Amino acid sequence: MTYKALDIQKIRSDFPILQREVNGQALVYFDNAATSQTPQQVIGVIVDYYSQYNANIHRGVHSLSQEATDAYEQARKKVQQHFNAAKLHEIILTSGTTHSINIIASGYSEILKAGDELVVSTMEHHSNIVPWQMLCEKTGAVLKVIPMTQQGTLDMKTFDSLLNANTKLVFVNHVSNALGTVNPIEKIITKAHTVGAKVLIDGAQAAPHIKANVQALDIDYYVTSAHKLCGPTGVGMLYGKEELLKLLPPYQGGGEMIAEVTFEKTTYADLPHKFEAGTPNIAGGIAFGAALDYMNAIGFDAIAAYEQELLDHGTAELKAIEGVEIYGEADEKTAVISFNVKGIHPYDIGSILDKMGIAVRTGHHCAQPIMDYYQIPGTVRASFSFYNTKEEIDQMIVALKRSIAMLQ
Amino acid sequence: MTIQETQQEIIEEFSLFEDWMQRYEYMIELGKSLPIIPEEFKTDDNIIKGCQSKVWVHAQLDQDKLQFSADSDAIITKGIIAILIRAFSNQHPKDILAADTDFIDEIGLKEHLSPTRANGLVSMIKQIKLYAIAFQTQLN
Repeated sequence: MTYKALDIQKIRSDFPILQREVNGQALVYFDNAATSQTPQQVIGVIVDYYSQYNANIHRGVHSLSQEATDAYEQARKKVQQHFNAAKLHEIILTSGTTHSINIIASGYSEILKAGDELVVSTMEHHSNIVPWQMLCEKTGAVLKVIPMTQQGTLDMKTFDSLLNANTKLVFVNHVSNALGTVNPIEKIITKAHTVGAKVLIDGAQAAPHIKANVQALDIDYYVTSAHKLCGPTGVGMLYGKEELLKLLPPYQGGGEMIAEVTFEKTTYADLPHKFEAGTPNIAGGIAFGAALDYMNAIGFDAIAAYEQELLDHGTAELKAIEGVEIYGEADEKTAVISFNVKGIHPYDIGSILDKMGIAVRTGHHCAQPIMDYYQIPGTVRASFSFYNTKEEIDQMIVALKRSIAMLQ
Repeated sequence: MTIQETQQEIIEEFSLFEDWMQRYEYMIELGKSLPIIPEEFKTDDNIIKGCQSKVWVHAQLDQDKLQFSADSDAIITKGIIAILIRAFSNQHPKDILAADTDFIDEIGLKEHLSPTRANGLVSMIKQIKLYAIAFQTQLN
């Protein structure tokens, strides 16, 4: 594999926020799995939209509306190309991953019947658990759970035994937010398809690290959020195969999603507008496209190789500290390290690291079943991005040692 | 001593610290040194689940004064609890209801009371006030 080595200093200069201080210290931002930072190239697109061509889309005959519509539809095209969807209208622009999942879960409430089975993994974010639990309550369908292993991987043998003719849907994340594990989605999809089940892949955590090819992987539904990959919050996408999206009823009623409205009967618009009721986050959608451009210009192969270096460095340094336990050591993982220090609560470590300018996440990471599996209240999670450096990791290690000395 | 006076006393103590390190070291010390709730009260009934750390609060009336005891599984949270208990324990319910918690801000620990911390402390203060309402009704 060939790729350009990253010019980290140049990349860092694209992100205004990386220049600021927190609590009197230069910011070290290691909470990228929660949200990534935004480069000037993306911020500029948002400013440009509001200062040059802010208008409602898909309806005005005037020039501004045309420009805004073109830019928004151009962004949809970029999303399509990025994920290699066969058709443009298979890309639904949403407010984010949670919204995307709820569109599908809500649609299936009219398709499922009592006794149908859904399969979820232990490793999911709550947003890929709760909508399905609500769906099961409504329909009488049954939720089956793929267990996990100590190493932080899915128990694939048990997965096989969960599949049968009643299985209608399988939903797993591409990458675990709490552990960084890259799940074997190719195998999961192939196996699920043999019993006729459809598969939804939650790509929120994978999107900034791995370019998913929805056609090559034969993915039925793929969902993600722009803010995980240098885009703004409040915008994301739902990819669905055309024939599957056509089967689902609209999620919300309103403007934009209709073909014709009378009080006798309203007919719905075709894809993708059927699922895009109301005025969308126009600036956000356009900026989503700009974020994909930005990351693709750097190159996902180069990003993945560099982040692997950060992961290896961070893992080795953390393991050298006495009492540190790392959760999730799958062979294939993204640059996320979840850990605890023996005898110390993660909240205490996070609080002191923050005082030293280091932003990490602490807690259960909206993935309580994983914490229950390891029987811990939570972890400290350091998640790296391509704009982070080994020097920053070294700073975190120094700060961590200092906080351990204070807390022990 | 009134709640106001105790809070003032705490503010003065904290003003002696020169930086956040000293403040935190003191909080950690407080957190470590105190078993601030008897084990028998560390029950599920008394637990307040924050997103991040657990907090237990128990209250009982001693004549017309409320006595609080509490604990947390996170040491910094426990240190703040020790300070809150010092301010609110052994006080009349109506005084507890009237008191505010601005002194936490003044001693430089405001961030721990931010709702985004989800550490159980905000709910703990709410619980202290709820106990005060409940026991006030008993006293009336």
